[in-house]
Amino acid sequence: MRISRRILAGLATASLAVTATSCGGGGTSGSFDDTVTVGILHSLSGTMAISESTLVDTEKMAIEEINAAGGVTVGGKSYKIEYIVEDGASDWPTFAEKSKKLIDQDGVPVVFGGWTSASRKAMLPVYESKDAFLYYPIQYEAQECSNNIFYTGATPNQQSEPATDFMYKRSPAAGGDFFLVGSDYVFPRTSNTITKAQVKQLGGKVVGEDYLPLGNTEVAPIISKIKKALPEGGIIINTLNGDQNVAFFKQIQDAGITPSSGYYVMNYSIAEEEISTIGPEFLEGHYGAWNYMMSIDTPASKKFAKSFKKRWGADRVVADPQESAYNMVYLWKQAVEDAGTFDDNAVREALVGQKFDAPQGPVEVMPNHHLSQTVRIGEINADGGFTILEETGVVLPQAWNQKHPSSKGFACDWTDPSKGEKYKL
Amino acid sequence: MELLLDSLFNGVAIGSVLLVAALGLAIVFGLMGVINLAHGELMMLGAYTTYVTQLIFKLPILKPFYNSYIIVSIFLAFIVSGVVGILLEKTIIRKLYGSPLETLLATWGVSLILQQFVRSVPLAYGTGLIISLLIGLFLPTILPSKIKESINYKYFKFSSWIFAALTGVLTGSLISSSVSKLSRASARNVDVTAPSWMRGQVEIIGTAFPKTRLMIIVITLISVIAITLFLNQSAWGMRIRAVTQNRQMSDCLGISTEKVDIITFGIGSGLAGVAGVAVSLLGSVGPNVGGNYIVGCFMVVVLGGVGNLLGTVLASFGIGIMTDLIGAGRLLSIWPDMPLPLSNTINFFATTSMARVMIFALIVIFLQFKPTGLFPQKGRMVEN
Repeated sequence: MRISRRILAGLATASLAVTATSCGGGGTSGSFDDTVTVGILHSLSGTMAISESTLVDTEKMAIEEINAAGGVTVGGKSYKIEYIVEDGASDWPTFAEKSKKLIDQDGVPVVFGGWTSASRKAMLPVYESKDAFLYYPIQYEAQECSNNIFYTGATPNQQSEPATDFMYKRSPAAGGDFFLVGSDYVFPRTSNTITKAQVKQLGGKVVGEDYLPLGNTEVAPIISKIKKALPEGGIIINTLNGDQNVAFFKQIQDAGITPSSGYYVMNYSIAEEEISTIGPEFLEGHYGAWNYMMSIDTPASKKFAKSFKKRWGADRVVADPQESAYNMVYLWKQAVEDAGTFDDNAVREALVGQKFDAPQGPVEVMPNHHLSQTVRIGEINADGGFTILEETGVVLPQAWNQKHPSSKGFACDWTDPSKGEKYKL
Repeated sequence: MELLLDSLFNGVAIGSVLLVAALGLAIVFGLMGVINLAHGELMMLGAYTTYVTQLIFKLPILKPFYNSYIIVSIFLAFIVSGVVGILLEKTIIRKLYGSPLETLLATWGVSLILQQFVRSVPLAYGTGLIISLLIGLFLPTILPSKIKESINYKYFKFSSWIFAALTGVLTGSLISSSVSKLSRASARNVDVTAPSWMRGQVEIIGTAFPKTRLMIIVITLISVIAITLFLNQSAWGMRIRAVTQNRQMSDCLGISTEKVDIITFGIGSGLAGVAGVAVSLLGSVGPNVGGNYIVGCFMVVVLGGVGNLLGTVLASFGIGIMTDLIGAGRLLSIWPDMPLPLSNTINFFATTSMARVMIFALIVIFLQFKPTGLFPQKGRMVEN
């Protein structure tokens, strides 16, 4: 669910929904010396609203928790965090426009926002030209490293690479051939380029790949290709977009492409939220890879899920994107306190090296503005959750992927002025 | 042989989805000349009807009949979308006959309203609203005239709407209290699960075919046959054809063109509802589900020749078979040792995205030579 697809209606939703849904926020009252206002910028209307509103909920919860614990302490003064929520309306130019508004008019020191890569790419020039700071919480295709963005989601080497490795070496279909399916936009194509290079290194074979145009739910040609390319079963890597997954899984099950007949699908865009939409009966026995899964059995993870349910309703679930959103608010708070100021440049310097005991386990901010994270492989079970099969140690993020031909041998380091965005290793 | 059968089946399967979706539009756009951009949303209503029916059939009273819910929902979807279509015709489209551009904009607006409607109104109350509309619109016509005559007509119409509103609210709250999933508004996509007898595959001449696909083909066939019989055999069908050919003359000869318009639009919209049932079997049901099909529908109708059902049928199967031939790279398996440049070209187009590009290109080229489609209307069409 990274990008919206709409042919005609998108235009209208955008124009209709350019109503600023600003609302001053705050939770508990207490004695604070001052307040600081941060920006939250996600889609509250349009196709992405379903996904992005869960992030708004999580960020609000994190801010309320921080406030309840005494707020942010800067230079001996305690600040209460307030927030302005803006609606990106699932429309990428609107994200840029609202970013400008938050930075110039409201003067917020930080913006938490975005989901789709397209929205991030639209916002990036705004933050770079104004030297402001965006915190972006979604697992994405990487191949980007901005001094003005802090990425708390996974890079491909923190999700797809361990997953491919698992599928080829240790899954029931180990040693089998690969078929790659995705929606037709930047994330699946980049991710699959990396997967193809990796499969080649592992000695495996990619026997086919196909991309479904966004909005298209006709999977029949892809199914015949899969059957032709993998007659005896094999590994399918799936990077389809939100509701295209429903069509895909319904139709492959009808066509007999199931775990019981030797076909195993590894998914990169299906978290707890999506499992309940698609229906666990279609997904049982297939796999997913994430940094955070709701079934992680640690006190931190349980506490996170419990407070979220308590705040927003017992039927709600937490998933990886929400965990990333939660972490980034806390990491910002720590960095501000260390820097002793809300000033962007000082906070940016203080941010690198920050450690946080996240629901997924310890995370640390790396010099390339990404997080070191733990990767987990889970099998989808009948209850709509993941049964965690494997857990890597902490994996360092690669902003420039080392398996992608265009970025091999490059890295990013913002702590060293001579290195910066992209330097040769 | 097996390959050919498989390919043919796939083509027909893809084509029948297109056909069932375009059939209603072929009638509305083809016969009435109304560019109905809300057609996709009428499909969406049909898909949501399937979802609601499915949940209602899970209630203890109806549980024994759960397996047949999909059949029931076909009829319900026809009625629901038909009623909404009739309302649309009575309130908006009637005023806009003969001005296609305004119709286009108005129906587009309607499509946005309908999308937002399912996002922000709990489905239980949506169902209640449809039921009130149904009663309010049809109660005056179905009651025996004896009862009607005994009450003053003005009060009768008014009281029938009050009765309709009450029934609607009652059923709405009844559904919302008994099915908790329908009692809250949600923008989330929902899922229709086919009953167990429709899942899995069936083997015909050594090849396995998915049952849901076969079901869609059957639904499409029945719809096409029914609509052909209706247009060609029934009295109303004859009137519709008469109005299509010459509106003023039919009017002069005593055909109520107003009624014909309502019926034609209602049937076209109802067929969109049936298409909604079909697509709900393939993918998820959400506010945007219709938007995904609307371009395909117009493509089929234009390619087939406006106002011609046979053309629509051939165009959708043609597009379906081409999509499968190009998209799945079948030509390569039929003719494995073709010259390299040719096989490279075919390989390049053998992805779903590129197949779409290719299909559109072919259609554009085709329309250069036959701008009015496969079967253009012949004779003197009295337009405007």
